[in-house]
Amino acid sequence: MLDFNAIIEGLVACDTEKVTQLVNAAIAENVPAADILNKGLIAGMDIVGEKMENGDMFIPEVLMAAQAMGSCVETLKPLLGEGEGRESASVLIGTVKGDLHDIGKNLVRMMMESAGMAVHNLGVDIAPEDFVAEIKSKNAQIVCLSALLTTTMPMMKKTVDAIVESGLRDQVKIMVGGAPVTQAFCDEIGADGFAPDAGSAAKMAKSFV
Amino acid sequence: MFEVIGERINTSRKLVQAAVAERDAEYIINDVKKQQEAGANFIDVNAGARIGHETEDMKWLLDTIQPIATVPLTLDSPDPAVLEMAFAMVEKTPMINSISLEKDRFDAMMPFLKGKECKVIALCMDDNGMPGSADDILARATTLVEELNKIGIPTNAIYIDPLVQPISTDSNKGTMVLDAVRAIKAKYPEVHITGGLSNISYGLPQRHVINRTFVALMMDAGMDSAIIDPLDAKIMATIKTADMLIGNDQFCGNYLKGVRSGAIES
Repeated sequence: MLDFNAIIEGLVACDTEKVTQLVNAAIAENVPAADILNKGLIAGMDIVGEKMENGDMFIPEVLMAAQAMGSCVETLKPLLGEGEGRESASVLIGTVKGDLHDIGKNLVRMMMESAGMAVHNLGVDIAPEDFVAEIKSKNAQIVCLSALLTTTMPMMKKTVDAIVESGLRDQVKIMVGGAPVTQAFCDEIGADGFAPDAGSAAKMAKSFV
Repeated sequence: MFEVIGERINTSRKLVQAAVAERDAEYIINDVKKQQEAGANFIDVNAGARIGHETEDMKWLLDTIQPIATVPLTLDSPDPAVLEMAFAMVEKTPMINSISLEKDRFDAMMPFLKGKECKVIALCMDDNGMPGSADDILARATTLVEELNKIGIPTNAIYIDPLVQPISTDSNKGTMVLDAVRAIKAKYPEVHITGGLSNISYGLPQRHVINRTFVALMMDAGMDSAIIDPLDAKIMATIKTADMLIGNDQFCGNYLKGVRSGAIES
């Protein structure tokens, strides 16, 4: 029985070399790839996200951990069986129309992918109707809206309104985030959740599925 | 001389928003006076956060601040109509915050700026988003200077904001903007370089240490203005000290004055 804790600890320590070694050793010992992924890598990134949320880990460390995980996932992919390691949710993420900032959004995307979700990154400057169209085509369960400017926050409301008008509101949970965004604003525009950082965003998305 | 643009009168700050909502003039007046005493060269006024109230909030803020303002104001809005009203209300030649190369913003701001006597902050932002390299920043700054010159804004009235980006997401983001500032100043020695600094430390702990260290490096590269909180005594002390170290303080006069007033302490 492999000790998944070592993989988890390796990720939390941002020790790419150690994690890679442990994953390769586990594969050699015929540990099921799905277990390595779920009980090792994803479980480790959950802790990384939590530590980020608590201010015990910082963005550069989270990036390193995610990079370590990413390269291991590539190794595992061919070993995963049919239906194994399938993403737990379909998530859309984008920065709203008129806003071109993407750093925070990309961190959220990375943490959600690391948590085992399929994240469709629409990019920046995304119009409400494009969010609506993509919800349909990607059959999304979660939609994440990002805005960094007070001037583009109203576009979040317009996007939520467009989703309501499209009749798709019940199909999706809507999450909002970005420097000026608050829980009060989230409530005001009728979104489902606000997350102040990428770690808590991933945790919240998991709680929605 | 380094020019500090005091950033505190911004309705996205909780206490300011509350004061504006309650029309608490005393709070605003006190804050502005404190910024001026701390050495602000401009007072930025942003009334944008109470959505739907920007015009009336800006008007009230300017009515409140104008009588006690000893320095020029920085009128901070993306809306030319708000700026037009604000421009008519101020006594000293104001600074406008801001124009960028994003098409909608650029097209809206150019007719407003044309023929006006003012200073202007010009963001190196375009419809492709944040700049990705030092060359990219230089190219955008060049376009901004050339376009603003064409409508009669002289180079020495332009404050280029090269857009500082977080070092936490890419270790090269510090050198990228430092190199860009050097290149812009080499091409346009008269242009000013300004901007917020705190983005550099996004995602890292003990951010003030990073911000302070970075402002000193940026000043060496050619930054001669910043949008900061003048009540942050430590960054103000760093700026005064760096200004001396890069040769802008004859006989170290401002530094010594700062020490004697208690503004600069070890």
